[in-house]
Amino acid sequence: MAIKPDLTTDCAGIRSPNPFWLASAPPTNSGEQIMRAFDAGWGGAVWKTLGTPIQNVSSRFGATNYRGTAAIGFNNIELITDRPLDVNFREIAEVKKRYPDHAVIVSLMVETREEWKEIIKRSEDAGADGLELNFGCPHGMCERGMGSAVGQEPKVNERITGWAKEFATVPVLVKLTPNVGDIVPHGIAAQAGGADGVSLINTIKSIIGVDIDRFVPEPRVGGLSTNGGYCGAAVKPIALHMVGALARDFTFELPISGIGGVRDWRDAVEFMLLGAASVQVCTEVMLRGYRIVEDMIEGLTDYMATHGFATIDQLVGKAVPNFSEWGELDLNYETIAKIDAESCIGCQLCVTACHDGAHQCIHPTGDGRVPVIDESECVGCNLCQIVCPVPDCISMVQVDNGFAPATWNQHIGDGAPLRPKKGAH
Amino acid sequence: MSRPPSARSEVVFDDFKPAYTAGQALAEANRCLYCSDAPCIQACPTGIDIPEFIRKIATDNVKGSARTIFEANVLGMSCARVCPVEVLCVGDCVYNHMGIPPIQIGKLQRYATDIAYDKGWSYFSAGEDTGKRVALIGAGPASLACAHALRRMGHACTIFEKRDVVGGLNTTGVAPYKMKADRSQDEVDWILSIGGIEVTTGVEVGRDVSFADLERDFDAIFIGFGLGPDGWLAAEGNKLAGIHGAVEFIERFKLGEVDLDGVERALVIGGGNTAVDAVRELKGLGVANVAMVYRGTEARMSGYAHEWAAAKLENIDAIWQTQPTGFARSGDGLEVTAVKLDADKTPIAGSEHGLPADLVLLAIGQGKLGDLVVDLDGITAEWGRLIVDGDGFTGRPGYYAGGDAANGGKEVVNAAAEGKAAARAIDAWFAADNSLRSPEGGA
Repeated sequence: MAIKPDLTTDCAGIRSPNPFWLASAPPTNSGEQIMRAFDAGWGGAVWKTLGTPIQNVSSRFGATNYRGTAAIGFNNIELITDRPLDVNFREIAEVKKRYPDHAVIVSLMVETREEWKEIIKRSEDAGADGLELNFGCPHGMCERGMGSAVGQEPKVNERITGWAKEFATVPVLVKLTPNVGDIVPHGIAAQAGGADGVSLINTIKSIIGVDIDRFVPEPRVGGLSTNGGYCGAAVKPIALHMVGALARDFTFELPISGIGGVRDWRDAVEFMLLGAASVQVCTEVMLRGYRIVEDMIEGLTDYMATHGFATIDQLVGKAVPNFSEWGELDLNYETIAKIDAESCIGCQLCVTACHDGAHQCIHPTGDGRVPVIDESECVGCNLCQIVCPVPDCISMVQVDNGFAPATWNQHIGDGAPLRPKKGAH
Repeated sequence: MSRPPSARSEVVFDDFKPAYTAGQALAEANRCLYCSDAPCIQACPTGIDIPEFIRKIATDNVKGSARTIFEANVLGMSCARVCPVEVLCVGDCVYNHMGIPPIQIGKLQRYATDIAYDKGWSYFSAGEDTGKRVALIGAGPASLACAHALRRMGHACTIFEKRDVVGGLNTTGVAPYKMKADRSQDEVDWILSIGGIEVTTGVEVGRDVSFADLERDFDAIFIGFGLGPDGWLAAEGNKLAGIHGAVEFIERFKLGEVDLDGVERALVIGGGNTAVDAVRELKGLGVANVAMVYRGTEARMSGYAHEWAAAKLENIDAIWQTQPTGFARSGDGLEVTAVKLDADKTPIAGSEHGLPADLVLLAIGQGKLGDLVVDLDGITAEWGRLIVDGDGFTGRPGYYAGGDAANGGKEVVNAAAEGKAAARAIDAWFAADNSLRSPEGGA
């Protein structure tokens, strides 16, 4: 009998009908928006960060485009909520009244212990299911001693997390900044402060571009600009690494809400396999709208059924044991590229890529357009497969070279024999 | 040399392939795979580095894009419009092998070159004066390409054109839904802006100026005089009013106005590209019933399949395997007598029948002009087509040829390539200390 997967999620004690949450950002600016998002299918929403309402600038966003695709990377210099706190809390209460089963997490950013105490009480009074401490914002607020200014200092992080835990009765997530050398001590600091979970990554400090005629970085505010926070599809690899780095650390034990470049169900699955119990999405919703969640739910459900996962916790962290260190990789594992001549269209992008960017082992034949791979020189780097425009035309095939598996650590420690190097002339 | 008048029947035509907007061009340019050793380049007679110019559109380097095009083909603006890309670059796009629409190279080339024209970007300057002078016969694409290349090398050029209009078939013959006469004139002006190319119109070499005169005054000669008049059907009544040569008729509505009042039904005799152009043009000019009459089958017609497919979509008929045998007046129009042909193009006995028509265009080929020069020692022609080597050399020292005069009637892009190749050969010949005017180089 086919499995009917249950998408119900419990992340750090915050329950939601599915693991898809809207991240704290413009899509969660108001109750009206969040209710529409819940109607579309979102399981939870992290309310746009509350604190002392600010004044924003005009011109707030910028984007990195690639070959006609808009906004593969995105950047913003917008700050926390600019709406009165009374209005925000009234709307939170209204949302919770109408959507009692959905998760409403309130993102917070204030300075003093007293301010934390008051804003946490008001959030809980409004019905918040959880709190997210914004220790990550890398622009504007950090100049005022908040956001990433907190998140970059483990001791400050731990202290303020401790205040929040002192006052809160609902679960507390600490949102971490990626603008650090190693994410692990910062997750540990939140854990030491008593956090119930962490969410990461916040945005990456960035300059999205420069107006080359006006000589001003973008986004341009009059004649000046400032650094923003980078997000969107392009940051996913960085976020995946940081999520995985915490998940595999033996001293870190908190649940993780994964954020950073999630566009679709497949991205979400990747985050979950590397340890995220829920995923948060912002940029793709800003670009395409709340409606993207329908595909996310359907895709995740089908994926879980295909792999036999009945519940979310069965897949969370499934890839973490396989995220290791270079020294543990099998140096005798060997692959080579194979071209399917039937489906090859003869563009020879693999020829140029291999010649200019790899190991000069793919050659035009001179007879027809299908290139030939010199397998004695192919190091199995994948570049040809990456540039090939035809699905499944180039495959990386494992070769039995007769050598037993041997890692660098085994080679150094036990003298395990390594296969001869290829392409190392 | 005069610009085409504004009153021309051809102005009623819209572009069959409309110009790209910037957004369309960017979207299409970004689809290009940027192939290595790309098949589209190999398919282009002028060898334009197509992936490179397309990438430059995508990176907002349109000025550089047009430079890449013009460096290979100074007639890149007209070729973008008139090239049969379906059987050249676009036909060889690797996307065809993937079942994905091929890159619209012609439209992208038009985008870049139109912007270059509109912005007035200039890319070329004449080379340092070498003192050498080259005479070019005919002011069509072959001579223009040759003269422009020669000027970059520093050789002075004089083009002799027997007509008043310049640009050859680009001006007088291109289907108006591809390019109109005034746009061809824009290209002529743009090419001549390099300076040092004198164009003498209304002068026919062989009649007004002798080859002996040219050999006395010039160091080399390029023959780019194209094709001759329309071929004529040997059939009774073939001189009746209402029967015209297709090329001559097309020139009339491209350079002026034709009166098609009362023409309800037109027949175009032939199955080549001129015939396909002519039927589409007559339809576009408002003739209700237009049909092509061809001796062979649809599969064997020499006109491009993609052009004929477009004609069929315009409700143009064809009468296959049919040979006109005579013409007679019938009321206000004509009665064309015809026979059906079998697969070997042999008349079928008893198949004689009549076809009514108000207008008949003959598109059965054009005469070749090679006979005008075969009396010069060393120059040979085959069926009127000049025999040349790969560089356009005729066999008579100092005499080169290209374009339709030498290839028998191909595309503008072939003329552009051949003109440029001849210029390189002429320059090399000069570099070896040759000249028609010098003892060692003279005939």
